[in-house]
Amino acid sequence: MTDEKTPAESSNPAPGIVTVEDVTIRFAGDSGDGMQLTGAQFSDTIASYGNDLGTLPDYPAEIRAPAGSLYGVSGYTIHFSSHEIYTTGDQVDVLVAMNPAALKVNLKDIKKNGIIIVNSDSFERKNLELAGYTESPLKDGSLSGYSVHSVPITKSTLETLKELNLPLKTAQKCKNFFALGVIYWLYNKSPELTIKWISDKFKKSPELVEANIRVLKAGLYFGETAEIFDTRYEVKPAELPKGIYRNLNGNEAVALGLVAASKKAGVELFLGSYPITPATEILQFLSGMRNFGVKTFQAEDEIAGIASAIGASFSGSLGITSTSGPGMALKTEAIGLAVMAELPLVIVNVQRGGPSTGLPTKTEQADLLQAVYGRNGECPVAVVAASTPSDCFTMAVEAARLAIKYMTPVILLTDGYIGNGSEPWKVITIEELPEMTAKFETNPEGFHPYNRDENLVRPWVKPGTPGMEHRIGGLEKQHIFGNISYDPDNHDFMVKTREQKIQNISNDIPELEVVGDKSGKLLVLGWGSTFGAITSAVENQIAKGNKVSSAHLKYLYPMPKNTLEVLKNFETILIPEVNSGQLAKLIRMNYLVDSIKFNKVKGTPFKAFEIEEKIEEVLKGPGGKK
Amino acid sequence: MSENTEIKYTPKDYSTGIDVRWCPGCGDFSILAQVQRSFPQLVGVEKEKIVFISGIGCSSRFPYYMNTYGFHTIHGRAAAIASGVKTANPDLSVWMATGDGDCLSIGGNHFVHLLRRNIDINVLLFNNRIYGLTKGQNSPTSEHGKVTKSTPLGNIEYPINPIAMAIGVEGTFIARAMDVDSKHLQSLIQKAHQHKGTSFIEILQNCVIFNDGAFDNFTLKQHREDRVVYVEHGQPMVFGKEKDKAIKLDGFTPVLIDLKDGKHSVNDALIYNDKSKELAYIISQFSDNPAMPLPVGVFLDLDYTTFEDDMTLQIAEAKKKYGEGDINTLLRGKSFWEIN
Repeated sequence: MTDEKTPAESSNPAPGIVTVEDVTIRFAGDSGDGMQLTGAQFSDTIASYGNDLGTLPDYPAEIRAPAGSLYGVSGYTIHFSSHEIYTTGDQVDVLVAMNPAALKVNLKDIKKNGIIIVNSDSFERKNLELAGYTESPLKDGSLSGYSVHSVPITKSTLETLKELNLPLKTAQKCKNFFALGVIYWLYNKSPELTIKWISDKFKKSPELVEANIRVLKAGLYFGETAEIFDTRYEVKPAELPKGIYRNLNGNEAVALGLVAASKKAGVELFLGSYPITPATEILQFLSGMRNFGVKTFQAEDEIAGIASAIGASFSGSLGITSTSGPGMALKTEAIGLAVMAELPLVIVNVQRGGPSTGLPTKTEQADLLQAVYGRNGECPVAVVAASTPSDCFTMAVEAARLAIKYMTPVILLTDGYIGNGSEPWKVITIEELPEMTAKFETNPEGFHPYNRDENLVRPWVKPGTPGMEHRIGGLEKQHIFGNISYDPDNHDFMVKTREQKIQNISNDIPELEVVGDKSGKLLVLGWGSTFGAITSAVENQIAKGNKVSSAHLKYLYPMPKNTLEVLKNFETILIPEVNSGQLAKLIRMNYLVDSIKFNKVKGTPFKAFEIEEKIEEVLKGPGGKK
Repeated sequence: MSENTEIKYTPKDYSTGIDVRWCPGCGDFSILAQVQRSFPQLVGVEKEKIVFISGIGCSSRFPYYMNTYGFHTIHGRAAAIASGVKTANPDLSVWMATGDGDCLSIGGNHFVHLLRRNIDINVLLFNNRIYGLTKGQNSPTSEHGKVTKSTPLGNIEYPINPIAMAIGVEGTFIARAMDVDSKHLQSLIQKAHQHKGTSFIEILQNCVIFNDGAFDNFTLKQHREDRVVYVEHGQPMVFGKEKDKAIKLDGFTPVLIDLKDGKHSVNDALIYNDKSKELAYIISQFSDNPAMPLPVGVFLDLDYTTFEDDMTLQIAEAKKKYGEGDINTLLRGKSFWEIN
């Protein structure tokens, strides 16, 4: 830290600062350029100013794709605002492009007249060729619809570090902080948090602390003195409810929710998991929580991940497994075992593009039917879905609560978009979590493993409890006694009982809420990560005077009890999904209610304007319920 | 077994009393009996602390017959499920009943990783070299050339040698027993229990219906002593009804010697060492050599830390270093801000 005042810290906004409500910035460069880090630093700073924000990292599946290539471009988008926001921004106001490929890949997302800041040093022949440019877009007039600022980011970085005599490669690596410095200046934000972060991150190599801070400040000074920007921008803090906030991404939120729920319920947490994009962070995060007594088991495969979790649940812990689509497929048989054995289990599926290996780093919502139905036999499990990064916390807690209370596997669906995306979260304490207690049966009097309570839930017994030794397994169980039974009537009865137990959950979950009028022409119904785009779109449409409402399903199996009632109050139901219409199928199947499907399966989330256009089209034209 | 330990249980206490539904004459009956006879002697283990985990197959019905906690799971996954049971609750005495198909074919991956992790689970592999429950297909331990229902022209695969495999994947307790030698099997069950870490006993078990007599060449009483060598740590590898045969090591090559030929004495016999992986591997290869006796007993008994103890230690150390985790501090995170 330094005494010197950096330009952005000046207390009064200098003349030339324009207040805007809402900005989307994207940092883009090679996957080795540190764009994820740069974006994360900027979003932490923005958050500390009290803006509402949403972030979306977007990176290639290759760890270090060939430098300068189109498919190696890594990006990090931050949407921040002085009012509450729900998305990561439809269009980009400011693009920082570290090379021609980053420009080419992202140009389509930039707003008309938007700002493009390019690292002009990288716009030389080789990189232009790699990006497929025959002529430099900086010179051929193709960017005339934008406000383009060429900044010699690499040269300025090297110049700044000249006297430190660092190896060239090390010095070049600092250039992302130059770009960040420029953006801090442009949005009138202090670099203080980032300086603190650098000092901590590189504390073992003081020369890197010095170098990165110098470059960061050089970026700020460049903004101030180079006079290439005629305007700076200010986004006032958002009016958020009082409280303590933090920035939270979806995968971390899942991990926190599960740990918090296990503490609340008084049960140990065991995670069995195999690394898979984009769910691996959940394993990594929980692996660092040994001081909370969390046990993690990096299994030899997806099957062992869930199998070990089932074993842990059998022995009295809350078993968790985390995965993504292909892993989900492998876990299928074991989910059936947990259904038969009626053990608590949380299965987190951070969905990605499919089928097969599909699009590992891109988002999709196409595992809904798999979650609800994808097993052999009549095999009901509870399915819940998170709608935003911080909602991953809430729904992870819910998944754990239901798993424990109903002795059942619960599938928690999130996806790459909200798993990697982040937003401010109003921190809650363990005291504020819903009540949940893991009850272990210890009384041998009248005990049978398949006795059932009023919710049809069987008792949970910890092996080690005297006098209650019993056997369970995947073969059909005799009602109450739990012995193997091939009796036809018993099987029929048990199939119905397992289903009814899951249906009983609908008495224990919140009703489906409607945003906007409770009845009318059009209801936009969503589930999962489309929440942000749908909510923004519907709010905008209501503001325009259009008759439209929205509702969002967070419980997919069973659905809230009032779902049909809600649907019946609208003439038309529109269901946007990042799949080919899986919720629409379920709704028609469950309630005989038809809907207009609105689908996009491109590995990217919906943009609010896309949904708005669709709403307008539906409101105008024929269609709707047949 | 220490003399002042009170024996609280009888073999009957471990029986659920339900009808045992293996085929009459099945080797599994003997294994069940030896387990029930051995368990009262398990030092300091309450009955309620015992858990039997199994996969799928004839052998995997085992838990239903043991009046302990039990979980009959899915094909091949017993090792993974047992790993979760033991890691989550290290106080339990966890046993796994599995067969050659369940353990080495569909569950091969889990078996490999169980052994290298050294979780304190006792694995009883019922090896009958055939698929019994599906009625007679070749298994991963079936001999090359064997005619089975799925290899009508003869098996064109080579079998796994379970002992050699276990050595190769860093098993720490590796043993072989026969269903027909009850005393020996009982002693190995005791040793497996005493060993900290994964204990693996391959039990040669006769499938009376689909592979009857598979091990008769070695195990029949009339010639067993002449064709089976019991390996024991610190003891010379001598066998034969008249203790007249022995194994000698010639460089890396084991040779059979005759103690009555006037050229050899018991002093030439190899002294077995169950701490040597190299020796264990050499002896494990006898199974594939018709000129050699069948080795049974403890091949390897190594002292490694166990996965669950290392886990417990990490938790204790993390608590010491960072303090008992406070959930509200965790939820707030390191960088938070307040809006008033």
